[in-house]
Amino acid sequence: MERIPILRMGSFLLVTIQVDMHDQLAMTLQDDLTNAIAKHESRGVLIDISSLEIVDSFIGRMLANISGMARILDAQTVLVGMQPAVAITLVELGMSMPGVRTALNVEAGMDLLRELVTANRTESGDDDSEV
Amino acid sequence: MSKLADVLQKDESDLRADWIKEQLAAVRRRDLMSDVELQTQSTELLKSIANAARNGNITDVNGPEWATVRERLTDISASRARQGFTPEETAAFVFSLKQPLFMRLRADLSKDPAAMFTELWNATVLLDKLGLMTFAAYLKTKEQLIAKQAEEMLELSTPVVKLWQGIVAIPLIGTLDSNRTQVVMESLLSTIVATNSKVAIIDITGVPAVDTLVAQHLIKTITAAKLMGAECILSGIRPQIAQTIVHLGINLSDVITKASLADALAVALQKTGKTVVKLDKQNAKAAEKKDGVDARQAGDRKGA
Repeated sequence: MERIPILRMGSFLLVTIQVDMHDQLAMTLQDDLTNAIAKHESRGVLIDISSLEIVDSFIGRMLANISGMARILDAQTVLVGMQPAVAITLVELGMSMPGVRTALNVEAGMDLLRELVTANRTESGDDDSEV
Repeated sequence: MSKLADVLQKDESDLRADWIKEQLAAVRRRDLMSDVELQTQSTELLKSIANAARNGNITDVNGPEWATVRERLTDISASRARQGFTPEETAAFVFSLKQPLFMRLRADLSKDPAAMFTELWNATVLLDKLGLMTFAAYLKTKEQLIAKQAEEMLELSTPVVKLWQGIVAIPLIGTLDSNRTQVVMESLLSTIVATNSKVAIIDITGVPAVDTLVAQHLIKTITAAKLMGAECILSGIRPQIAQTIVHLGINLSDVITKASLADALAVALQKTGKTVVKLDKQNAKAAEKKDGVDARQAGDRKGA
């Protein structure tokens, strides 16, 4: 079965969506990603959607959901590289994804993620390990 | 073969001469078009009308025999519209054929009033239809021109300018409607991607009025930019517009708003981790010697 690879980079997970998402693929990704966060005790998830050209409301909601689930599992999510057409579509669909953090590209996304995780650590007083 | 077709065939050269004379009498536009060109156009058109009249139904200009005439006439009208002829002048081109044609018919059929009436009627119907066709083609060309200009204006009116490394601005001027907002949104978002900009400033100093629809469009653009990972600052809000926005109950609390573009730029620089500092006298002299690019890079380094 087709799957979207989830790469582990230290305490972060990197997901690059290179194919057109269909509903089943999105559900599988949701499963795989939540499992991976739990298994690796990841602190951050970076989802790169720069190759994604078509979205519908389901995919949009799925992306928002993943972010919410990750937060419950104590991981920050950053969505990077959204195409203008995709952004316009999501806005026209009425999905502004209020809880989701975004960045222009992977580099900016990584910076943001590090920042978020550091802030999170300091807040919770959990400073036993370096990021 | 009808008498009309016969006349068109037989007296073609005389008709043409008279017609051109009529045209020159009706419209004197040597500035727009040479006599030679007029003669060529008239000759070609008359020839194709004669051909069509001989082979097809004389008053059915939509028939396949009249295809050449339709094509020629449309081309001529379109070119006249582009050359700057007035509608009257363009229509006169076809209608001035009436008199020479009627004179010929009268001379040929003076002994048979009933036949003359029939042929005159046919000629009138034919020329009226051709006249309408001329006018339709003229109008179509003009409309195309207007549509093209409107499109060009749409693109002209929405420039996205790069203010600094990572900062773009879009100064909006004129009324915002759905079409324009779409163009604004698309050009802003694609520039954000192209220039890798973290901050986008939307300046609405030139927007005369903001209503709920315009505000909704702006919020949509800002949300889309946010989804892509860029932050938007709304600037140039005039006092009246601020009043309108509050009276309309539009919620702009999620958006950074500034009164002037200068304030917005200051915030944008701050957000990208830069600051503007005043040079002391020695440094100022040194900076003056360098060219603009060097000075800017120095400013960048200093700020970073």
